[in-house]
Amino acid sequence: MDRLRVNLCGLEIDNPVIPASGTFGYGYEFAEIYDINILGTFSFKGTTRDPRFGNPTPRIAECTAGMINAVGLQNPGVDKVISEELPKMKKVFSKKVMANVSGFSVADYAYTCQRLDECPEVGWLEVNVSCPNVHGGGMSFGTDPGSAAEVTRAVKAVTKKPVIIKLSPNVTDIVPIAKACEDAGADGISLINTLLGMRISLKTKKPIIANKMGGFSGPAVFPVALRMVYQVYEAVKIPVVGMGGVSSAEDVIEMMLAGASAVEVGAANLVEPTVCPRIISELPAAMDKYGIKNLKDIIGGAHNG
Amino acid sequence: MKQVIYTVKSNDKIAADVYRMSLAGDTSALSTPGQFINIRLSGFYLRRPISVCDYDSDGMVIIYKVVGGGTEVMSRLAPGAQLDTLSGLGNGFDSSKSGDKPLLVGGGVGVPPMYGLCRRLAAEGKKPTVVLGFNSYGDVFYEQEFKELGADVRVATADGSCGAKGFVTDVIGGLDYSFFYACGPEPMFRAMSRVMKTGGQYSFEERMGCGFGACMGCSCKTLAGNKRICREGPVMNSEEIIWDRK
Repeated sequence: MDRLRVNLCGLEIDNPVIPASGTFGYGYEFAEIYDINILGTFSFKGTTRDPRFGNPTPRIAECTAGMINAVGLQNPGVDKVISEELPKMKKVFSKKVMANVSGFSVADYAYTCQRLDECPEVGWLEVNVSCPNVHGGGMSFGTDPGSAAEVTRAVKAVTKKPVIIKLSPNVTDIVPIAKACEDAGADGISLINTLLGMRISLKTKKPIIANKMGGFSGPAVFPVALRMVYQVYEAVKIPVVGMGGVSSAEDVIEMMLAGASAVEVGAANLVEPTVCPRIISELPAAMDKYGIKNLKDIIGGAHNG
Repeated sequence: MKQVIYTVKSNDKIAADVYRMSLAGDTSALSTPGQFINIRLSGFYLRRPISVCDYDSDGMVIIYKVVGGGTEVMSRLAPGAQLDTLSGLGNGFDSSKSGDKPLLVGGGVGVPPMYGLCRRLAAEGKKPTVVLGFNSYGDVFYEQEFKELGADVRVATADGSCGAKGFVTDVIGGLDYSFFYACGPEPMFRAMSRVMKTGGQYSFEERMGCGFGACMGCSCKTLAGNKRICREGPVMNSEEIIWDRK
């Protein structure tokens, strides 16, 4: 299966298919129905410095070809993630995991990343400066090049692990933000986080989500994500991780042609829990169909000529 | 949890907007009454979580109310249709807590899981009393089915068109019971929480993303810590519930 191997910020992974943070928990539920060691890695539920319950419910609303979530970074906090979740993850997954980190201040990000830097199970830090569901943090760091760079610098100062900055699509122009992260030392960029969206119940005539708005994801956002991956790939030299509405081997190939070195799968895990192994198993035939020998050869292929 | 393709055997209307669907297929992922399945439907992104009414080794019965587009599609499925389903989700009712005279309380579409539980309790030699609450006569279903299990069945309707007039709590007051189990709308639970004389278990509902614990969409705070309705629930012990959590 060497045809599927890719390099993600200096670490080789068996294939480019990575479950996205917030759609895969800590992997345990999925390990009940398939051997998750088939994955290259997975990005586990976002970690913050302190424990968080998250937002009130309802947190979920359905959309045409997608869904809105406003979970609000529920997690037990970095201490418990390190003492309880990482050892449990190690039992179901033998490769390195990607730790997704969120914060409410630059110091929060640095503290949490420094703690996770000590963990040998963690291969990459994916720094989420793009959560649309929390106030006074999250997305506010990722919508301004200066703030995104400040978080990047602070995190890079405390870890030797590759740092991937996860960007928000809820901006006028994502390119200067990606460039600012690269200039500040980021090892990679992942995109897109969810698009800010909303649904209103016709029965109650009020927003369905308790937090009123939430992050829209699912197949409907794929063209938006693909476009932004294409734009960012053109502007930066560091690897790009593409995500947004991916649910098939063809989507993975298309994302890689746009410039993704690896591809995260998000909402699809929630409706089809075996979507990642299905994509991995379907990739070789899809590659044959389109005359692709090795996946790593097609990264950014749509930009040539 | 197990992903199973079920075949629709029958799908019939049994009350106003309420349908009974019989499904054939692997039920090995189900272990207790009160668990649910999550059904994928053509044209809808998220699955539809539906409680299991009863099951055996060859299949199950679900009873659902048409409340929106998804359940409307379900109501039009014909025998032979195949349903992509996540089976055996959640933690069901613990029948070992029942004592000799358990009380089962079902409100509206909260009635179905009480049937499987009642059958199990009756098989274990218990003497269940069942209180079924509906809005009106046209909404009533399964009264006879519970009686055939040997249960003492009381019906309450809000408009008094069938059984006692009022809510389930108006009937429960006069009953003697060792433990209770309830499934129904949350206002019914709140009313019950003020009058119940023993410990019990409530089965909760919430908008879900995945139904199997991955998205944290249906979390709630309890005195025993944060729980996911879909995973640690939907059944919760009465003593751990925080009633003013919202």
